[in-house]
Amino acid sequence: MSGSSAMASGGGPLAASADPAAFTGETNARRTIEVDSHHINFGPQHPAAHGVLRLILEMKGEVVERADPHIGLLHRGTEKLMEYKTYLQAMPYMDRLDYVSPMCMEHSWVLAVEKLLGIEDQVPERARWIRTMFAELTRIANHLLNITTYALDVGAITPSLWGFEQREHLIEFYEAVGGSHYHVNYFRAGGVHKDLPPGLEDRIATWAAQFPKFLDELEGLLTENRIFKQRTVDIGVMTAEQAMAWGFSGPCLRASGCAWDLRKSQPYEMYGQLDFEVPVGVHGDCYDRYLVRMQEMRQSLRIVHQCLERMKPGRVKVPDNKIAPPSRADMKRSMESLIHHFKLYTEGYHVPEGATYTVTEAPKGEFGVYMVADGTNRPYRVKIRAPGYAHLQAMEALSKGHMLADAVSIIGSLDIVFGEIDR
Amino acid sequence: MEAFLATPVGVLALTVAQAMALLVPLLIGVAYLTWAERKVLAAMQLRKGPNVVGPFGLLQPFADAIKMLMKETIIPAGASRVLFILAPMITFMLAMLAWAVIPVNDGWAIADINVGILYLFAISSLGVYGIIIAGWASNSKYAFLGALRSAAQMVSYEVSMGFVIVTVLLCVGSLNLTEIVRAQADMWFIIPLFPMFVIMFISALAETNRAPFDLPEGESELVAGFFVEYSSMSFALFFLGEYANMILMSALITILFLGGWYAPFDIAPFTWIPGPMWFVFKICFCLFVFIWVRATFPRYRYDQLMRLGWKVFLPFSLVWLVITAAALKLFGWLPGAV
Repeated sequence: MSGSSAMASGGGPLAASADPAAFTGETNARRTIEVDSHHINFGPQHPAAHGVLRLILEMKGEVVERADPHIGLLHRGTEKLMEYKTYLQAMPYMDRLDYVSPMCMEHSWVLAVEKLLGIEDQVPERARWIRTMFAELTRIANHLLNITTYALDVGAITPSLWGFEQREHLIEFYEAVGGSHYHVNYFRAGGVHKDLPPGLEDRIATWAAQFPKFLDELEGLLTENRIFKQRTVDIGVMTAEQAMAWGFSGPCLRASGCAWDLRKSQPYEMYGQLDFEVPVGVHGDCYDRYLVRMQEMRQSLRIVHQCLERMKPGRVKVPDNKIAPPSRADMKRSMESLIHHFKLYTEGYHVPEGATYTVTEAPKGEFGVYMVADGTNRPYRVKIRAPGYAHLQAMEALSKGHMLADAVSIIGSLDIVFGEIDR
Repeated sequence: MEAFLATPVGVLALTVAQAMALLVPLLIGVAYLTWAERKVLAAMQLRKGPNVVGPFGLLQPFADAIKMLMKETIIPAGASRVLFILAPMITFMLAMLAWAVIPVNDGWAIADINVGILYLFAISSLGVYGIIIAGWASNSKYAFLGALRSAAQMVSYEVSMGFVIVTVLLCVGSLNLTEIVRAQADMWFIIPLFPMFVIMFISALAETNRAPFDLPEGESELVAGFFVEYSSMSFALFFLGEYANMILMSALITILFLGGWYAPFDIAPFTWIPGPMWFVFKICFCLFVFIWVRATFPRYRYDQLMRLGWKVFLPFSLVWLVITAAALKLFGWLPGAV
């Protein structure tokens, strides 16, 4: 790229001959400056970097020859910190992994703890319906953010603002149950923190009734939009074999034509009893990843409807006060309850020795928690398997030979969130 | 008075007064175009848009202008200082210069020259220099890529735009902008030349670097493209230049296809509104479509944009030019060939 080397010395005064002979035995009247204009430092301060992605792009003109993602700018040592927290105290860290879909992160954690505690079968049914429903609402919230910011990366500015209105409704449901917009910390080992507040089920039903119309409108802007298709079809193609080899999961894997969904293949929570389909793509390009997510939102909506229908009043926590706190009212009356409460929120519960790899189908893919318990109140080791990490590593394979603008749509289509990648 | 105006000083004074009479409303128009764009976009995106500074946010453009003036002008180390400062000036100056020949009403042009359309075409082509110089002088890779894109883009769209203009000229028989509008007294050219209108409009989007052709500044790829290193008033000049160009292109479309100052129908309620008002309405309509397009479409990729320009628009406009010429000759409608 001869033009850009001229650019690099564009300032004028520093420009000098690249000929080393001219440099021999001389004063610094002439200086040779090597400027590698092949590289573009894409991020971490870049509007399309989706957080703190730093991508070193080796370019030939506008064509990407090599993409080298640098991670670690959001590393907070989550896994190590968890070793020093009780199982309950470690929960909020999960929200902060993939902060776009916090409840799904919590889900893997509570399922892992429940498995080690051996209380999977005792979790009340209502709690499991609530968790399933919120996992799906979270999936919708995640895909809304992803699709619309992806559209923004491709240059369409309107979807993101439309999507955020809908996402705001979902976030308000979060607030209703957990008191906070993002880091809800609602799920608990043995159930959920509190029952749904009165009227929330109706609010969710009202929202769910109008949501398909919004999805149609959103699709009207994107699905058949010729420019959108030109920008995404056949960009960043991954065959099913390649996708599996790269460790893809979730929508990115399914877009490549591999019908792998943990909710179907190893149903956890209530998914075994639910009626839903797994959308699968064909070509494994950016457009298929978009379509799969779009269809997944419709399927998630079906699940939400079913959850609302089949949810019955009842307990939302295991009755065992060694694991779940007693009610406020009990604490005022019973000394034992007060002690339970105190012990639970100071020492926490002890988890028997053992190890588990518990995995759920998070919106971004297979989100796993490998937990080793040593019989104390704190985990001995937690290893988190984040789907985005595997997706990001394929960045180079996906973007090689594409143009700079395509690299941006590929990043968008992979649904990368740095909270979970850097942990 | 007449005698004074005949003296050199009088001519100068008159020219300055005329220029001010055009430029001041134009600059206010530019300021309010930024406001209108934000309001229209907001309405399309379920937002409110500026609504804090003044009633309906009407003072927002002035707040923005004051903010811009107060900011520090940052010249990056390694930038070519003179060119870096010069580039926004060129852009802004050219955007203003072109207005000299625009006839707002019959006879209301500062310079009613007989090659008006060529002048306009030349000035708008020069606009690319500001961008290239900015991209080069910034000494930044993003800016440089933006400038490269811009150069390629403007060149490819100007060719088909040239053919569109030639087609219109064939129908008019004059290069004078006033004559072009007068030729549309009976029928606006948008009706017989509709395909050319579409090409002209899309080319105008590309020419002014507006979405979906905003590649030189392509936010999600090049951050801000050629003006990524600019701040303060030098940035504001680019910004004003871009919006003035939008208005200019809308004016050009209005003159070439939408019948300039003529009312859509030559009957009572329409003829009450004076010509310049119609001219402004038509410009506003074009600008609304500019903004509407921005709210709707994603951005083209660089190579797709080039393909569209060279492989679709160029042959298409060329064919239409030939068809139009043939039709004019065949039916004896050629102007001047009575």
